[in-house]
Amino acid sequence: MGATVRICVTVNGERRESEVEARTLLVYWLREELGLTGTHVGCDTTNCGACTVHMNGESVKSCTVLAAQADGAEVTTIEGLAPEGGLHPLQDAFWEKHGLQCGFCTPGMIMAAADLLQRNPNPTDDEIRHGLEGNLCRCTGYHNIVKAVKAAAANEVPA
Amino acid sequence: MITAPFDYETPETLDEAVRMLHENGEDAKLLAGGHSLLPLMKLRLAAPTLLVDLRLVPGLHHIQRENGSWRIGALARHADLQDTPELGVASAAAKQIADQQVRNRGTIGGSLAHGDPASDLPAVLVALEGEVSAQGRNGLRTIPAGELFQDYLTTALAHDEVITEVRLPATDGWGYGYEKFTRRAEDWAMVGVCALVKKGADGSCEDVRVGLTNMGSTPLRATAAEQALRGGSLDGDSIASAAEHAAEGTDPPGDLNATPDYKRHLARVLTRRALVAAAQA
Ligand SMILES: Cc1cc2nc3c(=O)[nH]c(=O)nc-3n(C[C@H](O)[C@H](O)[C@H](O)COP(=O)(O)OP(=O)(O)OC[C@H]3O[C@@H](n4cnc5c(N)ncnc54)[C@H](O)[C@@H]3O)c2cc1C
Ligand code: FES
Ligand code: FES
Repeated sequence: MGATVRICVTVNGERRESEVEARTLLVYWLREELGLTGTHVGCDTTNCGACTVHMNGESVKSCTVLAAQADGAEVTTIEGLAPEGGLHPLQDAFWEKHGLQCGFCTPGMIMAAADLLQRNPNPTDDEIRHGLEGNLCRCTGYHNIVKAVKAAAANEVPA
Repeated sequence: MITAPFDYETPETLDEAVRMLHENGEDAKLLAGGHSLLPLMKLRLAAPTLLVDLRLVPGLHHIQRENGSWRIGALARHADLQDTPELGVASAAAKQIADQQVRNRGTIGGSLAHGDPASDLPAVLVALEGEVSAQGRNGLRTIPAGELFQDYLTTALAHDEVITEVRLPATDGWGYGYEKFTRRAEDWAMVGVCALVKKGADGSCEDVRVGLTNMGSTPLRATAAEQALRGGSLDGDSIASAAEHAAEGTDPPGDLNATPDYKRHLARVLTRRALVAAAQA
């Protein structure tokens, strides 16, 4: 076992302190130590985007961030996106527009889409496709995902 | 995939970072955004025993214009460049790196220090004839773009030197284009071309720069194409015939996606497109 590091990260609004091995990746800390298994691991090679979470308000691939690098940061996972008891407009829109089939890519897709709408509140279809190029979906063919993001944008998704 | 074990330090000053690198020898590595280094470590192609994370070192995040040049802190991220369109071609190229998640982490300092000829910003630095500042044991020195890149993944930086700042000449009055060819969205460039054109009062080509991504073991200048265009007309035919020289003197390695010949073809086509974009501005 390698050196350990003390970290303190605000996860979905709650301060979480932990002693982690320096090589612990953020995604495994979230999933295995905090039990936040909404964040998925698809490729582990920074390609698929299933592990996307927000760090200080911006999307990152948590399979390529050390938990130690998140020390002092605010992290939001799919579990923390929705208001208490409700759904985030993007979650609603993915439901409404059938933006998922197996659902494996969906948490990462939604976290990436939330960053996209923050940067560009009224994206065109083309901008949505480009904006989500870091997220792979093996089921939907992306068509309904684009529709869902567009619908969420039209409902004025809060930034 | 988990990396081999390592120790992890977060120095709060540049001097401390340099000292840690120096005292721990070649097995100590700097960590910036981690988006080149961590993937290599996960594949166990790299196994440093100490990571010196720069994230708490102050004064490395700026992007500011000072007279005729841009001063960019080593920890400025691709996303920060993307969000600063006034930077011109550096912003346009940064916007084409990988995907938003990668751009939210990767830094300009890490991208240049890594010395990968397939990366987009090295060719931009070379085309702009920019320079970097590097802090080492014996103080700060300036390394011009033409000297920084020495070979594949090899730069002029000593292992205990830290890039602190990148300086790019401002390009007021120049047009620009960055053309990148990939097989899939988010991929690395098969070939990339950075073109800059300065038009004279009569509309002719007063000056021109062409930088090439992934056409050799380092980023390159397409000097023959530049020479063919400099001083002449910027009409479509002149640009097309200058672009025919884009691959001269290059020796691109073949890879899974493209043979050397195909890369030379791409360099000519992309140079034409990038020059057309640059001449339109
Ligand atoms: C899926 C994926 C796709 C990508 N696609 C592209 C692409 O299309 N185009 C592209 O250009 N890049 C691409 N990248 C690479 C990305 O841009 C990296 O972020 C960048 O190359 C390295 O920056 P970093 O800050 O992440 O560096 P790190 O990974 O932290 O460090 C890289 C190297 O530089 C050294 N280093 C870091 N900072 C400094 C410094 N200030 N001084 C001295 N040495 C330093 C480190 O020790 C290490 O050896 C991709 C990466 C991934 C994961
Ligand atoms: S698991 Fe992180 S990008 Fe695929
Ligand atoms: S819904 Fe199955 S991978 Fe996207």
